[in-house]
Amino acid sequence: MEFPTALLLNAIIAGLLLGGFYAAVSVGISISFGMLDVVNIAHPAFIILGSYVAYIVNDRMGLDPIAVSIVLSPLFFALGMLLYRIYYLCFEKRGQESLRGLAFFFGILFITEVVLLLVFGVDYRLVETAYSSVTLRLGVVDFPLRLVVPFVVSVTMVVGVQLFLARTFFGRAVLAVAQDQLALRLMGINPVRVKEFAFALSIATAGVAGAFLIVIQPVQPAIGREYIGLVFAVCVLGGMGSIWGTLLGAFVLGLAESFTSTFFGPSWAPAVSFGTLLAALAFKPSGLLGR
Amino acid sequence: MNKLGLWMSAGLAALVLAASAQAQQPLKIGFGMSLTGPLAGNGKAALISMQIWAEDVNAKGGLLGRKVELVYYDDQTNPSTVPSIYTKLLDVDKVDLVVSGYGTNVIAPAMPIMMQRNMTFMSLFGLNVNSKFNYDRYFQIMPAGPDPAIGWTQGFFDTAMTLNPKPQTVALVGADAEYPALALEGARAQAKRTGLKVVYDKSYPPNTVDFSPIVRAIQATNPDLVFLASYPPDSAGMVRAVNEVGLKTRMFGGGLVGPQFAALKTQLGPLLNGVVNYEAYAPEVSAKYPFLEQFLAKYQGRAVKEGVDPLGFYLPPYAYAMMQVLEQAIKATGGLDQGKLADYMHTYEFDTFVGKVRFAKNGEWSIPRMLTVQYHGISGNDLEQWMKPGKVTVLAPSDYKTGTAMTPYQDNKK
Repeated sequence: MEFPTALLLNAIIAGLLLGGFYAAVSVGISISFGMLDVVNIAHPAFIILGSYVAYIVNDRMGLDPIAVSIVLSPLFFALGMLLYRIYYLCFEKRGQESLRGLAFFFGILFITEVVLLLVFGVDYRLVETAYSSVTLRLGVVDFPLRLVVPFVVSVTMVVGVQLFLARTFFGRAVLAVAQDQLALRLMGINPVRVKEFAFALSIATAGVAGAFLIVIQPVQPAIGREYIGLVFAVCVLGGMGSIWGTLLGAFVLGLAESFTSTFFGPSWAPAVSFGTLLAALAFKPSGLLGR
Repeated sequence: MNKLGLWMSAGLAALVLAASAQAQQPLKIGFGMSLTGPLAGNGKAALISMQIWAEDVNAKGGLLGRKVELVYYDDQTNPSTVPSIYTKLLDVDKVDLVVSGYGTNVIAPAMPIMMQRNMTFMSLFGLNVNSKFNYDRYFQIMPAGPDPAIGWTQGFFDTAMTLNPKPQTVALVGADAEYPALALEGARAQAKRTGLKVVYDKSYPPNTVDFSPIVRAIQATNPDLVFLASYPPDSAGMVRAVNEVGLKTRMFGGGLVGPQFAALKTQLGPLLNGVVNYEAYAPEVSAKYPFLEQFLAKYQGRAVKEGVDPLGFYLPPYAYAMMQVLEQAIKATGGLDQGKLADYMHTYEFDTFVGKVRFAKNGEWSIPRMLTVQYHGISGNDLEQWMKPGKVTVLAPSDYKTGTAMTPYQDNKK
């Protein structure tokens, strides 16, 4: 099997760029599922919602979708807080979070999808940005800006989330609530408020990730379901509750997909990706960087 | 009047009433249609056309003196919903006639039921569905020809072989799904027929996010031709990737579903320059499609209101034409006997908005008439430029040809 240099380098770059995008869509799950044990299966629906919000603003006002999504992320944050409030009062408080909570999020997934369908219709939507068709060439390696810009913003966002969690007081409270809620309560902090904040943060990241999605590929309301498997896979591969792990897991899956597509045949890409996940879990069940 | 007389006249009155009620009962035509899911843009466009047809027929007094009523359900572009939809239509809604939904993936699952119930089944744009079933009451309105996979790919390969010097190698690529798999089967047969060497033959999962690794792998084989069979999301992804990577080949395209309708024409715009693809209609050859412009004007008005493909060059004319075929067959046979309808449709030629239609023994068109075109000169992302002639060169079939292919592909992206 020969690996010509140009093809190899491009495969690595393409894999990393893709991985950056996967990290953005998965970091929210890393928080809600990895740290808070909330199985938010509706996470992809919020990504798609973010895509459509970015689409409307781009369509009406011509503003850059990624910039718009960052500016509008407080809206998604508020939505996340509301959603967690409902989830907590109806399910978590009564200890019924496992099955009924899951059903609740499934319901949210479908309702969001159908509402988007009714409002926007079924056609695929795509945005045109200043950089959509620009590709930088460094030697033999291509850097399509359509993937580079989301990559840069995504990695910044993920690193930002990690720094927030590790360095700030509230961030540390989030990590603490994942470890021992009772101890947190004894220290005078309301774990429910902390979880609400963290969940809201995860939904805010979903909104921004949605803008990346629509810059990269066409979007229609039902494609959220295709990402459910991927986001949980990245979260689990990286290690539950580890943001660095999510980033690493995303890069691993992005590279696996890119290499398989380039050298062996794209049909095998999902098999290799999930095979990698299984292999990693076989050797390290807590994930690559899990505790 | 004595009691017997009273009863008899009451009975007679009831009979007359029942008979007239029967005559007033609407003629129900049932089908599943993709109103949500990946192919919903097309499904909704087809539905509008069929509704326009029903309105036109009812305005002229209906069919067999009865008002035409369309009974339909959303199949969500999901094949697993299809058997239950058609069972319901036949058993519960008791429809008089059935037609198919849109697309190979949802036509095939309905076939066993049709065969069981001996229903005449007119279908909308499925590729080579009847090849495995060999059902004698199956009909297809897509003009792919009697050997659909071959007819589908004929235009691309015939045009390729007219290039000078003759191409030697071809790369085949498509999504892992029913339609692309069948189209690529046809492409392989064409490669064999023309003596081309296949240097790349792989498929990709339909939900692939980044297509550039695939395009690079194709480029590494340096093919003279690249044949792609894809559905709308991956058509867009591949066209973008091909432009980003800067694919160098003599001819690219062939079987992309998607660029036939407005959404992708406007979203991709100039990225489509140089791509060779199939189309069902082009303004350049409107003279060959009698009365189509009137229908399109009616359709386009409604489509814009309902937020569906405003161009209507792909499914809508054929969805209307398939109903016209049924209408003429029902009028000619004077009833809804499925066997008589099938016999009539196999024997005669029909006059429709898309021209004369004649079916071969396997229910496909007797002569292929899918247009092979090349897009050129597109600038910007507006729709108006597509509505008039000038952006499309028709390369095949020969009696529709308006020009020759521009090659190589990378020089035409202007």
